Amino acid sequence: MISIRGLTKRFGRTMALDGFTLEVQRGSVCGLIGPNGAGKTTAMSILATLQLPDEGDALVGGLNVVENPAGVRALTGYMPDFFGVYDGLRVWEYLDFFASAYYLPEGGRNRLIGNLLELVNLGDKGDCYVDLLSRGMKQRLALARCLVHDPEVLILDEPASGLDPRARAEVKEIIRQLGRMGKTVLISSHILPELAELCDRVAIMENGRVVVSGTVDEVTAAGSGSRLIVVEVVEGAGDLARWLAPRDGVSLAEADGRSVRVFFRGDRNEQAALLREIVAGGYAVTQFHEVRRNLEEAFMAVTGEVNGR
Amino acid sequence: MKLNPVLLREMRQRFRTFRTPLIVSLYLLVVGGLCLGYIYLRWRHMPGFYQPGRSRELFITLSMVQLILLAFVTPGLTSGAISAEREKQTLNVLLVTRLKPLGIVAGKMVSSCAFMVLLIVATLPLYNVILLYGGFSPGQMLGVFAFYLVTIFLFGSVGMACSAFFQRTGPSTVAAYGVVFAVMVGTILLGGFIYEVSRVPGPVPAPVPVISQLLQDLNPPVVMMRILGEGAPFGPGRDLVMPYWGIYSAFYLLVSVLLLVWSAARLKPRRAGGRTTWRQ
Ligand SMILES: Nc1ncnc2c1ncn2[C@@H]1O[C@H](COP(=O)(O)OP(=O)(O)OP(=O)(O)O)[C@@H](O)[C@H]1O
Ligand SMILES: [Mg+2]
Repeated sequence: MISIRGLTKRFGRTMALDGFTLEVQRGSVCGLIGPNGAGKTTAMSILATLQLPDEGDALVGGLNVVENPAGVRALTGYMPDFFGVYDGLRVWEYLDFFASAYYLPEGGRNRLIGNLLELVNLGDKGDCYVDLLSRGMKQRLALARCLVHDPEVLILDEPASGLDPRARAEVKEIIRQLGRMGKTVLISSHILPELAELCDRVAIMENGRVVVSGTVDEVTAAGSGSRLIVVEVVEGAGDLARWLAPRDGVSLAEADGRSVRVFFRGDRNEQAALLREIVAGGYAVTQFHEVRRNLEEAFMAVTGEVNGR
Repeated sequence: MKLNPVLLREMRQRFRTFRTPLIVSLYLLVVGGLCLGYIYLRWRHMPGFYQPGRSRELFITLSMVQLILLAFVTPGLTSGAISAEREKQTLNVLLVTRLKPLGIVAGKMVSSCAFMVLLIVATLPLYNVILLYGGFSPGQMLGVFAFYLVTIFLFGSVGMACSAFFQRTGPSTVAAYGVVFAVMVGTILLGGFIYEVSRVPGPVPAPVPVISQLLQDLNPPVVMMRILGEGAPFGPGRDLVMPYWGIYSAFYLLVSVLLLVWSAARLKPRRAGGRTTWRQ
């Protein structure tokens, strides 16, 4: 349903996208994960026909986003990472405005707006002013807004950012429901464990290109060439991280309070050797253990490797 | 024909608040009070005495006041039209709908200028009262109103273009007022300068240079005074293809339309580098 090949976008000297390639099957929910500045927002706004790529093709439902933006817009609902709402407008007027902006017939609009508000649990808020809604409600209203024209494809840029856990769960539930309704969803997020339960597939991107993609299990496995080891020391965790970082087999070492998280490629013998070296280096080690990996750590490992660390 | 969705939405927002009717009422009260007070005084001091010159004076003063007001209010109304949506981060979601950029610009233009037109039209009855006292013709009155409409359209488009060009409303507003000032004052100053420079001292008055004449035809206060039957600063000169009001209307209507089309084009995504996109 979404097919992106070799997308490139430059902003001056920064390569926001650098040969970005991705396929999303019809009716599947695909998660796009990447650190800040990876190019998620850029990729999504190109898909939403808001920016033009420098090179490469992007097709939504078989339509080229550059050649047929109007067709793509009719097919997609887009929720940007940051958005505002209009002052002095009621919730139903807000949705009514977007319904008219998609030239939907006036007749069915009231029922449509009622259904949408029901879907995002804002059924009782129809007469509230949009600028007075809470952040979570605005986010859900924005979801309702991208559904006004019943698009087949949804492009959601960090729809749960800035929400408390409860509101996040609500947004997640709505997205899951959209997936059940057969929509094709491309969703970006920083909240990786949550994407894991939500998505059929995930793509991890870094520096403007997809590094790994596949089902959640596949991606988790891809990062498992290296193991996550937590080393706890009495003091000097920062020093230890700097000392570990350039060593062979270490792809990432970062201090976190008293402990250091190390991504280390090596079997049990090599782990033991590493521990001996740390102790020999004069660090007072209180704990040294391997941690079971989840998506988040896989993500750290994969992106760390890309950076050549 | 269906109402432009952007226009409908902005009207809803604008006219929902108490502010708009309040401003219109206050404005009418002040301008109307001035006129009626003036007429009352005239009658009190010399009842039944007919003085067309005096009512003409009032008419000219009123028209000038409205022109200055229009120059101050109109750019302010439109210079945030697009940049404020950018600042409030509502532009992106507007652009992914099926609305055309030109439709968005047109809807915003009409909703912003409607307020100004409303103010001006609301004073029509006042003009009618002055009309009773003579001193100018109904034709001149209609001429002044047509002139106002053209001028509102021009200043509105200038504000719109600035708000499309600048990312922020602050710079956009400053630029819009700058351009309006150049049109209101700059044209006539430049025209006068060229006139003085080209004048040869001597007994025979030199012909007015075409540029000066054109500039005077493009200066709103001068054009309005000429509609009201006053003379032109550099003399009436000969008609350049069209009479002065024809030049004024044709030139500025064309400029306005071009500015609006250009504003709409600024809303389309472009390939060129970062600054030009509306990333917020
Ligand atoms: N309009 C722009 N002008 C200049 N640089 C830009 C612009 N948009 C994006 N960039 C650059 O492109 C790169 C990718 O940005 P993008 O916003 O796509 O990242 P992201 O993955 O969405 O990050 P985040 O997780 O913080 O939202 C960044 O280095 C950013 O600075
Ligand atoms: Mg982003």
